[in-house]
Amino acid sequence: MSSVDVVVTGLGATTPLGGDVASTWDAMLNGRSGVSPLTQEWAGQLSVRIAAQIAVEPSEVIERVRMRRLDRSEAMAIVAAKQAWADSGLEGTGLDPERLAVSFGSGIGGAITLLDQDDILEQSGPRRVSPHTVPMLMPNGPAAYVGLEVGARAGVRAMASACATGAEAVALGLDLIRAGRADVVVAGSTEAVIHPLPIAGFASMRAMSTRNDDPERASRPWDRNRDGFVLGEGAGALILERADHAAARGATVYARLAGAGITSDGYDIVQPDPECKGGIRAMSMAIRDAGLTGADIAHVNAHATSTPAGDMGEVKGVRAAVGDHPVITSTKSMTGHLLGAAGALESIATILAIRDSVVPPTINLDDPDDRLDLDVAAHKARPLDIPAAMNNSFGFGGHNVALVFTRP
Amino acid sequence: MATREEITSGLAEILEEVAGVNPDDVAEGKSFTDDLDVDSLSMVEVVVAAEEKFGVKIPDNEVQNLKTVGDAVNYIEANA
Repeated sequence: MSSVDVVVTGLGATTPLGGDVASTWDAMLNGRSGVSPLTQEWAGQLSVRIAAQIAVEPSEVIERVRMRRLDRSEAMAIVAAKQAWADSGLEGTGLDPERLAVSFGSGIGGAITLLDQDDILEQSGPRRVSPHTVPMLMPNGPAAYVGLEVGARAGVRAMASACATGAEAVALGLDLIRAGRADVVVAGSTEAVIHPLPIAGFASMRAMSTRNDDPERASRPWDRNRDGFVLGEGAGALILERADHAAARGATVYARLAGAGITSDGYDIVQPDPECKGGIRAMSMAIRDAGLTGADIAHVNAHATSTPAGDMGEVKGVRAAVGDHPVITSTKSMTGHLLGAAGALESIATILAIRDSVVPPTINLDDPDDRLDLDVAAHKARPLDIPAAMNNSFGFGGHNVALVFTRP
Repeated sequence: MATREEITSGLAEILEEVAGVNPDDVAEGKSFTDDLDVDSLSMVEVVVAAEEKFGVKIPDNEVQNLKTVGDAVNYIEANA
């Protein structure tokens, strides 16, 4: 347990369900799917022709000339971070920029820029390659742009831990404030890789759902007929703030970020440990770090991506680290899997579940896997008193991150 | 062969597309950096687009001499 309390004072998101947090949360509580067919010409040749595409294009929010210089993942990061920043009310409060940091990541980075500019290189030659290519594709690009947007001068950290990126960026933000390196951190993550190459790569691993004729039912965590994840895109951002700093300015506080646990499996580059040993250690560490016990955690927003290999190990892990009492859910059933951005978006869902005393549903859980022996908020949102909740994220590479949020 | 006016208006189109410059602000006396706020990376894009539009080669060591729209018009007029 740390003596420094950290709270969440702002949220922002752009997702397959909506262009902001309010519309995304409303859609989640109503069990809406953000998955749709890919109608682009390039999709025809792929075995996977569905995805959870963003609801509001960044070009509707960011002016045209600026968009030319941004990778799609950077544009979405800016959209989410600007919302969170405005929501926090920090603008104009005289916050010292040297006490403001950024911890923002992406699972894959500027892949679309890399691939598009490679097409230009091949077709038109090197002189036609955009001078904006490097800042568009560099993996620290989203963090750096978010830093420019808010004027952060206490360091701009770029996290990359595949599908655990968003959660690990939040965990790093917690560490930065606890260590006294910043009073406020803009934490989050972004992902924009709905493009034939990444889809073909995941599809070759047989990791993705091919339920092309029924997109809204394709993401079905824990269901017996799940056949892989559905790729999503979007970004989420949280404003983390030292609690006394937030109190001094009378800020509205969503929740406390009470603890984090980070471990690595040391097992396989992509296969999850079927016993979820690393996940159990991360969850236990986060609960201890929060000064709580498993019994205090009323709800878990699970990583559960809808893959045959991944979903059930986490269930074992939650039973071992938390207990058999929490109500669990996978919001990926609605949003698809936002890869690096998942942990940020799902942290937001976990925080709003605490605030509104309701667990968002897991849709499409029509025929639960026999090994699913935990209570899932299936099909419909579930009213629940939630003093504390956990968000899990696991990533290729064996990254495990658990975050514990509590009521302020 | 394009007239000076045609070259200027062609440059204005490029500047609007690449850097969001208002075409009404583009005139021969205007400096790319000081008056039109075109940064060095955008200038690279302007040069490449101008080469294509006017069928001219603008070597990198020439670009530094193109301070104003008029400089660019002169170069294009002389070399196209």
